[in-house]
Amino acid sequence: MASTEGTSLHFLIPAQPDAVSLALQRVMRARQLTMLTADGRSTTELVLAEVLNNVVEHAYARYPGEIELRLTVDPACLHCQIIDSGLPMPEERLPAGDPPNLGGDLPEGGFGWNLIRTLTTGLEYHRLAGRNYLQFSLPV
Amino acid sequence: MDITVEKQGNLLLARVAQDRIDAACAIQFKDRMREISLEGQGRVVLDLSQVTFIDSSGLGAVVAVRKALGGERPLELLGLTPTVQKVFRLTRMDSIFTLHDRWDDGLQDAV
Repeated sequence: MASTEGTSLHFLIPAQPDAVSLALQRVMRARQLTMLTADGRSTTELVLAEVLNNVVEHAYARYPGEIELRLTVDPACLHCQIIDSGLPMPEERLPAGDPPNLGGDLPEGGFGWNLIRTLTTGLEYHRLAGRNYLQFSLPV
Repeated sequence: MDITVEKQGNLLLARVAQDRIDAACAIQFKDRMREISLEGQGRVVLDLSQVTFIDSSGLGAVVAVRKALGGERPLELLGLTPTVQKVFRLTRMDSIFTLHDRWDDGLQDAV
């Protein structure tokens, strides 16, 4: 099967909440993403925010660093790869991402991985040579 | 954090005057809402009609404000834009909060 050549985007983002917020706004303005539907745009911005914020809060909880974001656009989906040099995921595995229980005391967190798992396909994580590699696809 | 406040009788109408509530401003949002909540004792309506993006940290901050107000003072949300609505729907928080599409007399009178 012939492969469709995609269009790639590459960002290097300091692992700080302000920098992530600004970078996301820049990503969403990229010419290559103008073809996304309104729904595709909101899903993309939300998932990337959750993933990048997780890296800031957890992987780089103890030391500063940078996050690499690679996006490849093809007609069917947006392929995303996020690479960081922070701490590994617990047990080097993706969190289960069960939906938080809304009964009783309302949760103020724990929504991130559930959103990521709900909205992405082909979610994969591995740890290699001191770096975290996360990849997934999003509908366009 | 840019949030304006208006008193409508017993009700406080807090308008978020910026387009994002995300991890970069979630703490400032909570702090500003804490200040605002001290300006009255009644219901608080949070107008989110200018907010085009919220992430789970922003959502957590809205939940924290609701909890800080306590059971006697409901926090109601007004004018959710499509992306914000989506986050509330996916996390099922749309079943927890009272949501209003638009400001109308009914909302104001139901104090």
